[in-house]
Amino acid sequence: MSKAVNIENLRKIYPGGVEALKGITFDVDEGEVFGLLGPNGAGKTTTLNIIATLIKPTSGKAEVFGIDVSSKPGLVRRNIGYVLQDIATDDELTGYENILLQARLYHVPREKAEKRIWELLSMMELEEAARRKVETYSGGMRRRLELAAALIHEPKLLLLDEPTLGLDPNVRRSIWGYIRRLNKELGTTVILTTHYIEEAEELSSRVAIIDYGEIKALGSPRELKAKLGGEVIELRLDYIVNDQLRNIFESIDGVLGVTISDGVVRLKAVNSSSLLPQIISFLNAKNIKILEAFIKTPSLEDVFVELTGRKLRDEEGSREEMFRFRRNIQLRRR
Amino acid sequence: MVREFIGEINALVWRELKKFFGNPWIIVMMIIQPLLWIGLFGKAFNLTGLFTIPPEVLNNLPPYVTQQVSALFNQMMARLFGSSSIDYFSFMATGMLAVMAFFAGMSGGMSLTWDRRTGYLNKLLVAPIRRESIVLSKMISASMRSLVQASLLLLIAMPLGLKLSPAGIGPVLLSIASLFLLGLSMSALMLMITIRTRRQETQMMAMNLINLPLMFASNVLYPKSIMPSWLQAIASVNPLTYTANILRGSLLMGSSASMSSLLSDFAILLGISTVFLGIGIAVSIVGLREK
Ligand SMILES: Nc1ncnc2c1ncn2[C@@H]1O[C@H](COP(=O)(O)OP(=O)(O)OP(=O)(O)O)[C@@H](O)[C@H]1O
Ligand SMILES: [Mg+2]
Repeated sequence: MSKAVNIENLRKIYPGGVEALKGITFDVDEGEVFGLLGPNGAGKTTTLNIIATLIKPTSGKAEVFGIDVSSKPGLVRRNIGYVLQDIATDDELTGYENILLQARLYHVPREKAEKRIWELLSMMELEEAARRKVETYSGGMRRRLELAAALIHEPKLLLLDEPTLGLDPNVRRSIWGYIRRLNKELGTTVILTTHYIEEAEELSSRVAIIDYGEIKALGSPRELKAKLGGEVIELRLDYIVNDQLRNIFESIDGVLGVTISDGVVRLKAVNSSSLLPQIISFLNAKNIKILEAFIKTPSLEDVFVELTGRKLRDEEGSREEMFRFRRNIQLRRR
Repeated sequence: MVREFIGEINALVWRELKKFFGNPWIIVMMIIQPLLWIGLFGKAFNLTGLFTIPPEVLNNLPPYVTQQVSALFNQMMARLFGSSSIDYFSFMATGMLAVMAFFAGMSGGMSLTWDRRTGYLNKLLVAPIRRESIVLSKMISASMRSLVQASLLLLIAMPLGLKLSPAGIGPVLLSIASLFLLGLSMSALMLMITIRTRRQETQMMAMNLINLPLMFASNVLYPKSIMPSWLQAIASVNPLTYTANILRGSLLMGSSASMSSLLSDFAILLGISTVFLGIGIAVSIVGLREK
C-alpha cells in the first residue's frame, strides 16, 4: 500500500530552545486512521503543524503523498484538510458562510461547493443552524462546523487535532461516528491526535504513543497491549486444580505462563480469543466443568503508564484544558 | 493561476466586507471622531469669520476703500485656501474626508491581529492560497471601507454647510481614486507594524502614535502656507496633504480648479502609496512567516 504520510527523523526546536520533537519516525498508510496519543506538551500539535506546512521542521523529512512539505508546501496544502486544536471559526459569519469561504479558499467550483456545503451541513446536523451567526453556536457545533469546513475540498488526508477536546460524551461519540464514516465511505486517510485513550482505541487502526517529543511505541492497539505482556485468560473451574493440570495447561501452544490462586487459573496468552475455545473444548473432553471464563486485556492506559511511568491524563490536566477551551470560546463571543 | 489568485483575494475581501457591513456600529463609531473635528474646527473656530468685516463698518467706509479691502481679502483667501470662493468649513470638511479614509484604512490594517489571536490566521496559512492574497485582501478591503466611510461623512457634512462645486467627472473620479490610495497606504502601514502582534494594546498605541501627529502635520485643518517650515516639510511627504488637495481641487473649486495641479498631486500621492504598498506587502509577508 502506498504511504499517505512519511516522516523520518523529524526534529523541531522552537525559537527559545524547546525541543518539541526529538527525531520521530513513522508512516501512515493510505486509507488508515492513525492516532497520535500523548499527554499535554508531548508534541502532537507540533507534528500536525509540520505535516500541514504551518511550521517548518528543524531537521528531518516529512512527506505527504510523496510530496515534501518543506520544498512544495503549496502542493501539500491542497491535499490536506486540517481541523486545528483551537477552534477558529469566524464568529461574525454564519455557519454556511464559514464553509462557503473555505470552499472559495480551496478553489472548489461554485456549483459544486453549493451542493457539498449542504451535504456536509446535513451530515454534521447543522442544517438548521446554518443561517445563524457562529457566535450563537455551542462548542460541539463549532467543532462540527470546523470538521465540515475541513472536508469541503474532499481532502485525501484529514488532520484532526484533538477533535473532541472539551466535549461531552454524547457529542464525542457522534463525532467518532462521522470520522469513521468518512474513512469507510470516502477512504479518507485520517491522522488524529488525542489524549483520550478510548478515542485512540475506538478509531485508530494504529497508534503512536508520543511523550516528550519521542515515539515510545507504535502499533495497533492490540499489538501495543500484547507487547505489554499480552492478555490473560481467567478460568474458574469446578475442580481441584493440581500440578498435573498445571503441566497440561503449560504445554498448550500459546500459553506463556500459568498462575493459580484461590482456585482461579490465570493463563498469560498471546492470542487469547482464539486460544479460549481450544481450552474450553480441551477441558470439556476431560469432563472438567468451567464455572466462569474471562479474557482480560490490559488497557492502552496500562501500556502508557508502563512506557512512560506516568498517567496519560490527570484531573488537573483535564480541568485546565476545559478551561482553555471555554476561554477560547468566550474570547470569541465578546 | 491568475484566476485562482483573484479568486482568493475576492473571497477574503468578501469576508471582510461582509463583517464590516454586518456591524453598522463600527461604521457609526468610526465616523464620530472626524465628525467631532468638523464640529470643533469647522463650526466653532470659523476662520473665515475672523476675516469678515461687519457690514456697519463696511458701510461707513468710502467705496474705493471697500473695494481695496475686498480685493485684499480675496487675495488672502486665495493664498490660504487656494480659492477665494472656498469657505473654511468646506475647506476643513473636505480635509476630514481624507482623515476619515485615513482612519478607516488604518483600522482595516489592524484586523489581522484579531485573526492571529482567534487562530483564524492559521487556518488561512494552511489553505492553498498565496500569502500575498492574505495581505492584499486586508488592504483592499480597508480601502473599500475608507471609501464607504468617506462617502458617508460627505453625506453628513453637506447639510452642515459643506458647499460642493465639483470640477467635473474626471476630477471627481480622481478624488475617489485618491481616497482609495490613501486607505491602501495607511492599511499597508498598519499591517506591517502590527503583523506580528497578538495584542490589541500594541495596535492602539501604534494607531495613536501615527494618527494625530500625521493629521496635524498635514493641510487638513489649516493651509500649509501658515505652517512653520519644518511642519511644511513633513506635510509635503504626508499622503493626507495630497489627498486633501485633490479633494478640494476636484470637489470645491468648480471651474477654477487647475487640472495640472490635480494631476501632479495625484502623481505624488500615487508615488507615495506605491512606496507604502511595496514596503507594506514585503514586510507583512515576512511577518506572516513562523516566528
Ligand atoms: N510556538 C511555540 N514556541 C515555543 N514552544 C512551543 C511552541 N509551541 C509549542 N511549544 C512547546 O513544544 C512542546 C510541544 O507542544 P505541542 O503543542 O506540540 O504539544 P501537544 O502534544 O499538542 O500538547 P497539548 O495536548 O497540550 O495540545 C511543548 O513543550 C510546548 O510548550
Ligand atoms: Mg496540541
